[in-house]
Amino acid sequence: MRVRKLKEWLIEKSILLSGIFSIVFVLLIFLFLLREGLSLFRGESVIDFLIGKSWYPISDPPRFGILPLILGSLLVTLGAAAISVPIGIAAALYIAEIAPLRLREALKAGIELLAAIPSVVIGFIGMITLGPWIKNFFNIPTGLTALTGSVTLAFMAMPTIVSIAEDAITAVPRQYREAAIAMGATKWQTTWRIVARAARPGMLAAVMLGIGRVIGETMAVMMVTGNAAIIPSSFLQPVRTLTATIAAEMGESVQGGPHYAALFAIGIVLFVITFLINGVADLYLHRSRR
Amino acid sequence: MAKKNWVFLGSVFYMLLVLVLGGCGRQSQQANSIQIKGSDTMVNLGQAWAEEFMRADPKVSVAVTGGGSGTGIAAMLSNTCDIAELSRELKPEEIEMARKKGFEPKQITVALDGLAVVVHPANPLSQLTQDQLAAIFSGSVSNWKEVGGSDLPIVILSREVNSGTHVYFKEHVLRRGRKDSQAEFAANALLLPSSQAIADEVAQNPSAIGYYGMGYISPREKALAVAKDADSPYIQPTIENVVSNAYPISRPLLMVTRGEPQGLVARFIDFVLSPEGQKIVVKIDFVPVKSN
Repeated sequence: MRVRKLKEWLIEKSILLSGIFSIVFVLLIFLFLLREGLSLFRGESVIDFLIGKSWYPISDPPRFGILPLILGSLLVTLGAAAISVPIGIAAALYIAEIAPLRLREALKAGIELLAAIPSVVIGFIGMITLGPWIKNFFNIPTGLTALTGSVTLAFMAMPTIVSIAEDAITAVPRQYREAAIAMGATKWQTTWRIVARAARPGMLAAVMLGIGRVIGETMAVMMVTGNAAIIPSSFLQPVRTLTATIAAEMGESVQGGPHYAALFAIGIVLFVITFLINGVADLYLHRSRR
Repeated sequence: MAKKNWVFLGSVFYMLLVLVLGGCGRQSQQANSIQIKGSDTMVNLGQAWAEEFMRADPKVSVAVTGGGSGTGIAAMLSNTCDIAELSRELKPEEIEMARKKGFEPKQITVALDGLAVVVHPANPLSQLTQDQLAAIFSGSVSNWKEVGGSDLPIVILSREVNSGTHVYFKEHVLRRGRKDSQAEFAANALLLPSSQAIADEVAQNPSAIGYYGMGYISPREKALAVAKDADSPYIQPTIENVVSNAYPISRPLLMVTRGEPQGLVARFIDFVLSPEGQKIVVKIDFVPVKSN
């Protein structure tokens, strides 16, 4: 009896610990970022950092203006969202509402497989096939552009969006559909006006998490966007994202120097952006449960 | 009950701490293994030396990884490699960091490298002066016709800033070695993560221009002949021209050790500088330091 109690106690506490640790780790990561990143602002003003237009980190004197990087990240993310959200939501509706059982299982497995492709492979395909195609199609000097990044990342956001949105749609109570059909609504009216509306908070959360994935993605964007730190004026120009900058430059920076601190400061900016996106997603998820 | 909770939490936390800290110890520095890290330009060369060295003495193991010159020296500072490969000289702040960590970095020139400037084979140009190169890469010339080519916009390809090649090219081509120069790569230059990525992009883009170590030249790209100025002869990036110092954009490739090389590291460096080791340099398309 006592052994059983002890076992219960152990299990309970280890689960409690796992919960606590995941929060503690996030806090520690954030504190670490702050500690390393904030030292930059002893010699540099926050405003110059956030809206400075040139990023020349290894020059003398260095210039740490991350506006082109922020805009690059936002542009690529926006493009990826514009491609992946409509397709992702439509695919989720089809899988949850329309597809016959067998096709549905096949589609779900296929989409999960898409999530399993490593990002470097998607980046490689984007660089070798998509880049030259975009270059020839639009007749522009290079295929390594924001658009190439958006299309590549749309592929990576799709599995997240589809599977979470599909869960939200499936969770809509059966009675809603029955009531709608009893009132004389067609299949399309039921799907679009009743089911999609009832699942809206969940679908919004899916979109937010998909966008969170896109903005944090590094390897694939680094390979296909050309990484030129200019303020982009169209989708057909190269851009440099926040994540690619950290990944590409961390190896070179002298530990403890201003460049190193600037990269951590970029980390803080990214952390804040993803935190906001996840916060909004969470808000909607909670609302949907009520 | 509450107190028990805390005791439990405390002990588990302590155990994790021990695990984490225990895992941080140094794995290298074993008597019969060498860790080499650094320049991407040199990674194939380092690998070839390592293989030959290990074939002669199967008991030792030499591991070579790339990542960029800066990565190599950072690894040496954090004590995770025995030899750092650099395609540029150490910066003063890096030497200072090393002294702070308690060692004097020793730089040894192990080979030479010519930096080839490459374009698409369909590009009608076959030669440029260094001033023209500086103008192109800093963005003041943006169309090929301004330097005598066809009417196409110039797409500049460069390595990322973690690359010794990037730093060398900026200091010796864009700034012509002048310390007071503020010349920079054009902001719209595409920064690609590897020499191979530059080679791939040049091979399929008729308006592109890029640069990399001459070991990467292949028939899919065209290497330009470069002249010091308009009155000097245009020189092709070949091994003979780098050895004779006629080709203007060449640089030393270095190995950096923690103080004077000792033990196995010293044996490895001796091998690298031996006639046999320098023969491998030629085989990988770099230029030997000692012509014999």
